[in-house]
Amino acid sequence: MAERKSKAWYDRMLSVDRRWIYLIMGLAVVVPVIWEMYIPVTESSEVRDVYEFSDDVTDGEIVLLAIDYDPSTMAELHPMTEAILRQVWRNGGRVLLSSLSQFGPAMADEILTRIAGEMDVEYGVDYVFLGYKPYPAITILAMGADFRVPFPTDYYGNNVDELPMMEGVHNFDDVEGVIALASGTAADYWITYGNAKYGVPVALGVTGVMASDYYPYLQSGQLFGLIPGIKGAAEYEQMAGIRGEGARGIPYQTTSHAVILFFIVMTNVAFFARRAAQRRR
Amino acid sequence: MKRQVPIFLVFLCGLTMVIQFFVPHDYSDVLFQYANDFVIVIGILALPVGIYSLMKNTVNKAMRDPKERIFSALTILGFLVMIVAGLKREWFASSTSLSSNMFNYVLVPAQATLFSMLAFYIASAAYRAFRARTVLAAVLLVTAFVVMLRLIPLPEPVATWNAEFVRWILEVPNMAAKRAILIGVALGAITYSTKILLGIERAYMGTD
Repeated sequence: MAERKSKAWYDRMLSVDRRWIYLIMGLAVVVPVIWEMYIPVTESSEVRDVYEFSDDVTDGEIVLLAIDYDPSTMAELHPMTEAILRQVWRNGGRVLLSSLSQFGPAMADEILTRIAGEMDVEYGVDYVFLGYKPYPAITILAMGADFRVPFPTDYYGNNVDELPMMEGVHNFDDVEGVIALASGTAADYWITYGNAKYGVPVALGVTGVMASDYYPYLQSGQLFGLIPGIKGAAEYEQMAGIRGEGARGIPYQTTSHAVILFFIVMTNVAFFARRAAQRRR
Repeated sequence: MKRQVPIFLVFLCGLTMVIQFFVPHDYSDVLFQYANDFVIVIGILALPVGIYSLMKNTVNKAMRDPKERIFSALTILGFLVMIVAGLKREWFASSTSLSSNMFNYVLVPAQATLFSMLAFYIASAAYRAFRARTVLAAVLLVTAFVVMLRLIPLPEPVATWNAEFVRWILEVPNMAAKRAILIGVALGAITYSTKILLGIERAYMGTD
């Protein structure tokens, strides 16, 4: 007890029990559950480019949407899928979906079933889900030759040739572009093989931590747009006039980041206070 | 012979695929498709080896440590249930199937929970490690602080200044470093691949 009293405030702060940190972070995440809030986001040009591309997919034109993420990143990438599907279908565009993640099909099926029902679009006419194939590089290269090579049947077992939307649709030349929502190396494969080999315009939707890795490709023109993390999803929804999971996720991200920033400031204040005290001694 | 034949095969296949990549001809596409099918066949043949390895390690772990037995049993049980649940297309391509339910109500929450734990670890790590001990650490700290600040609603014009500054960080210093790394990695990959093709690098064949 005597030892605790003799400890300076900065020493106590620097050696705080990590369980207090966990508790404060837990509270920061719970706060937006109790007080629902809407936080507008600043729109960025890289997200706007994807939005404008999707907005131009009209009158039966086709966009290839790649669901290349798994459940661990669903919170960040699923809102992007939802916003893009809603926007393209709203404008009369059509969507061809594929997955290079083994966990992708179940998530794609869930979101397609839910939104297609709401928007009154028809399977095989307004959208086709090709399903999952392993070996991303090989699958993308084979899709460049003909979608039927890696996917002779769709996810539901239908012959691709029997689906009306697929009439005359053979490879990347027959789609306006690719929007790959990826949480792993599939993003790189779309750049290396989809864009570099076949020249199909590619945009990415990636997790927040992955985003900085893809800015060089944005500047070089290998990507025409980038949706980074939940903030990117919220920006996209804001542009498309949709209030979805992206906008709902922003308060959680805001409070948790505010707490991390607060921790960084506090720990450095204590650190410099201790250093100053040591110099005085 | 044990080493020369694989090295010759690697050289032959590698060189063929390099030439194929730069030849825009129908024959080249056929060759490419054939090679792709071959990779898939090899992958399928490797699958039983992977399953055998998983089972062997799981059983060995359970034999060695009684505390591990419950986890090993769960691993084997999960493996068997998911195999049975996915045997027929109509069993997994339906939103009410056992496979879909296992995915939606076991895998999705489990992965999401594990990933969300990162928030707590990052907060703890930020508190303990993010200290401006040196000039370089201070630069890193300030950069990270400014980039993270973009996720907090700020009053105008600070929000716009911050957004522009973050964009500059991402597009200039970040991009310079990333490009340098990417080019380095690409040159390294070319060098390594060339060494494999020429039989100089043989680590992939094992030590036996």
